[in-house]
Amino acid sequence: MTDIAAKPAVAAAPRRRRAQITPLEYTRRRWLQIVLLANFFFLYFPIVALVAFSFNDSKRNITWQGFTLKYYRQAYENAALHEAFTNSMIIAATSTLVSTALGTMLGVALHRYRFPGKGAFDGWIHLPIVIPEICMGVAMLAFFAAVNIQLGLFTVTVSHIAFSIPFVAVVIRARMSGFDEALEEASRDLGADRWQTFWNVTFPYLLPGVVAGALLALTLSLDDFVITFFTSGPGSTTFPVKIYSMVRFSVTPEVNAASTVLIVLTLTLTVTAMVIQSRSTRKMTARG
Amino acid sequence: MGNGKTIISIRQVTKRFGPVVAVDDASLDIAAGEFFALLGPSGCGKTTLLRMLAGFENPTEGDIIIDGKAMDGVDPNWRPVNMVFQSYAVFPHMTVARNVGYGLRVTGVRTEEIRDRVRDALALVKMEGYEERMPDQLSGGQRQRVALARALIKRPKVLLLDEPLSALDAKLREAMRLELVRLQQSVGITFVIVTHDQDEALSMANRIAVMDQGKVRQIAPPAELYEFPNSRFVAGFIGKMNLFAGRVVGVTGGRVQLEVRGLDRIAVPHAGPASGEIGIAIRPEKIRIDRDAPADGRISLRGRVTEVAYYGDESHVFLENATGVTITANVPNEARTTTPSIAIGDELWLSWEPADTLVLTT
Amino acid sequence: MQDWRRDKRAFGVLILPPSAWLVLFFTLPLAIVWVYSFGERGPLGQTLLALSFDNYGRAVEWINLSIILKSVWIAAVTTAICLVLGFPLAMGIAFAPARYKNLLLLLVILPFWTNLLIRTYAWIAVLRTKGYLNFALEWVHERIGAVLSLLGLPDLLGPFEPLLLLYNQPAVIIGLVYVNLPFLVLPVYATLEKLDKSYLEASLDLGAGQWRTLFSVTAPLAFPGIFTGLLLVFILALGTFLTPDLLGGPRSIMIGNLIAQQFGPARDWPFGSALSFLLMYATFVFLWIKAAVARQGGGVSY
Repeated sequence: MTDIAAKPAVAAAPRRRRAQITPLEYTRRRWLQIVLLANFFFLYFPIVALVAFSFNDSKRNITWQGFTLKYYRQAYENAALHEAFTNSMIIAATSTLVSTALGTMLGVALHRYRFPGKGAFDGWIHLPIVIPEICMGVAMLAFFAAVNIQLGLFTVTVSHIAFSIPFVAVVIRARMSGFDEALEEASRDLGADRWQTFWNVTFPYLLPGVVAGALLALTLSLDDFVITFFTSGPGSTTFPVKIYSMVRFSVTPEVNAASTVLIVLTLTLTVTAMVIQSRSTRKMTARG
Repeated sequence: MGNGKTIISIRQVTKRFGPVVAVDDASLDIAAGEFFALLGPSGCGKTTLLRMLAGFENPTEGDIIIDGKAMDGVDPNWRPVNMVFQSYAVFPHMTVARNVGYGLRVTGVRTEEIRDRVRDALALVKMEGYEERMPDQLSGGQRQRVALARALIKRPKVLLLDEPLSALDAKLREAMRLELVRLQQSVGITFVIVTHDQDEALSMANRIAVMDQGKVRQIAPPAELYEFPNSRFVAGFIGKMNLFAGRVVGVTGGRVQLEVRGLDRIAVPHAGPASGEIGIAIRPEKIRIDRDAPADGRISLRGRVTEVAYYGDESHVFLENATGVTITANVPNEARTTTPSIAIGDELWLSWEPADTLVLTT
Repeated sequence: MQDWRRDKRAFGVLILPPSAWLVLFFTLPLAIVWVYSFGERGPLGQTLLALSFDNYGRAVEWINLSIILKSVWIAAVTTAICLVLGFPLAMGIAFAPARYKNLLLLLVILPFWTNLLIRTYAWIAVLRTKGYLNFALEWVHERIGAVLSLLGLPDLLGPFEPLLLLYNQPAVIIGLVYVNLPFLVLPVYATLEKLDKSYLEASLDLGAGQWRTLFSVTAPLAFPGIFTGLLLVFILALGTFLTPDLLGGPRSIMIGNLIAQQFGPARDWPFGSALSFLLMYATFVFLWIKAAVARQGGGVSY
């Protein structure tokens, strides 16, 4: 009749074994784990050391002498650093506003329309992302000299906007690629005109992308060194540029303190951008 | 068929992925030269079991013995088995010849020998002349043959196939079914396939193991599985059936008396114990439909036709009896006519042999 | 996607302002530099418009060519080291259990979000004579010396000589590897992640060992990602300015520094412009190569 497999004659308890590593589970192998650890140590040690050093109560020694916040106080009381920080904020805020607006427009246009020469245009738009920063930096310097504009906050801001627009456009385009055009068609079908459709249907979808793009522009502006270096004049130094000149002088804990502040700032912004993006994707798929 | 010698022995194998039990205390033996099928719905653990045979997963408990040797800790490249993957996994960056010869190249076989054996392997799967083609120039069916040749050239003791026909279209599937059986018989090695398609398993395999939720429910040749299923699950999974709820009222000398809703009292042959509430079933093709009352000794009832589904070679007739129970019967369309012999609303007799009744105690 | 003509006004409104900005504040400056590259340096350091290829010619004079060649060399070494370090890293993340993957990826990207300047000068504290690395080496040196004297052996090692690891080529390379590693890891990881693991299993099943599988199957199939990563790192390392500026010495300046010098103390804008454009042309050439390879490889379906 039915062939049910007979239990083996020796009714031994089935052997338990600790989970063996399957052939493709490379990450579970000891030597790769060591390589990974070494890599992460390599990646993090300098930064961690830098941040730790900023709390070290010693000017030059790398041995731990005691915890202190005096270098943060020093940095805080450094008028030039203060001015540089303020400049950075002003420039970043302005650059973010303008480049987000322009970048969003560009991103939507690229996603939506077919036009002659689009391929070449696309390549041209991406140039600021691709060319070495030094090339753009000296080009801006030459430009402002040629049209006789004094280097200052204006020149820096204008340059920041120029290199931020393509980044924002890329983010917007990526966001738009997930957009279901049928939603717009439904809105038109129900009687809304083009503007109403844009503000009630398209823009709400776009918003997380706009926020992500804005945060990206903000980070790029706050962090930028090379282009800012060539387009800033006396009195329009930004935070990174000021840190650079302090570093050229000598690496002191005060510099580390200032750097740590910048690190924390950019990390917070980027993490916020990530959280917003992931939350919006979740909402979209839930609604979808 | 098998020649009696056991080539694969799976002994009380359990596989856990965290809290999930994918394979639950499975035991079975596969004979050398058999065409064996692991059949079951998705998630039943059949693919996991296959991968454990190949060596890509390790059992949490239990042993796997292939050709007399325990496979505990043995890497896939050292096992006497080879696998044809569901996606075929034909290397896209190599020609057909380099694909098929890969297994020989990495084990250091001489180039001239590789060339000859590749030619023979391709002839075996009817792909002669395709040596220099690239995989992206081949159709899905052709890529499958390349995968087969690539595995068979290694002369494994066992060939494992993961859902071999699922990616092919219907017509090709039918042709490949016969091809695979023919191939297995000419090469003479053991084939173990995994499938969720019962037609595939029934038509190709010498023996089938039906799995459900990690457990092996029944192991038997196709006909036995179909006509003598050991449980409601197997009876329902393989083929169609009309299921009734019954209560045992007596057991006498090889026959069991049942009270069945919709059928009144019936007596059917059944070896083994039976008591309490059980299920009984009758396959649609075993039911005969007549206008006149059937002969004595058959289980019979009257029903009114509610629906007829025409399938060309046969029709599925749905009848409802006095108590509202629906029964399906399959009627072959033997005469060449466009006038249906059965119409909706007809009052007809259904009947079947008591011995054809499936008594499902589990 | 619709044709622009159907919606000319909206199209214009959307595309003109950003385009105008980029033309005015990106293309125009580059055009000016391009024009300058054919110019001449006046006696007071001003730029005179001319039509001369002298500046480009000067670029191949040995004193400048050597810098260019050195830059290429440094970029190449950086790329090679990034590959050796980054490929196992990418493999480790791609084959990690699902719940760790995002975490590992985040850990690789996190340093990348800190300022380039900070990331680079952090190495000064590590590499300098009284930096962390030499500190650790000295500690090891002392321990070995202590063990030797304990065994009664003479002091074979002598006094500790700190390694001169800063303000030279090795420092620049270390800094460049550090900054550009994510640019190799991410594309390679992305390609490995999308790879059908069945290919690797098939290779193992057919008898190939792990290393054979890596070289015969995994690496060729991951090639697009690897190539992208290599090219990206090379381009970024070639055009770098900050890293050699902070970590390098006078004998390890690169193209970026040379360009900066011309626009700074040397006041030779035409020459700087020519160099700048040479760097840009090189970048474009490499990008074009990348696109060409991507188009070719695109025929194979993975």
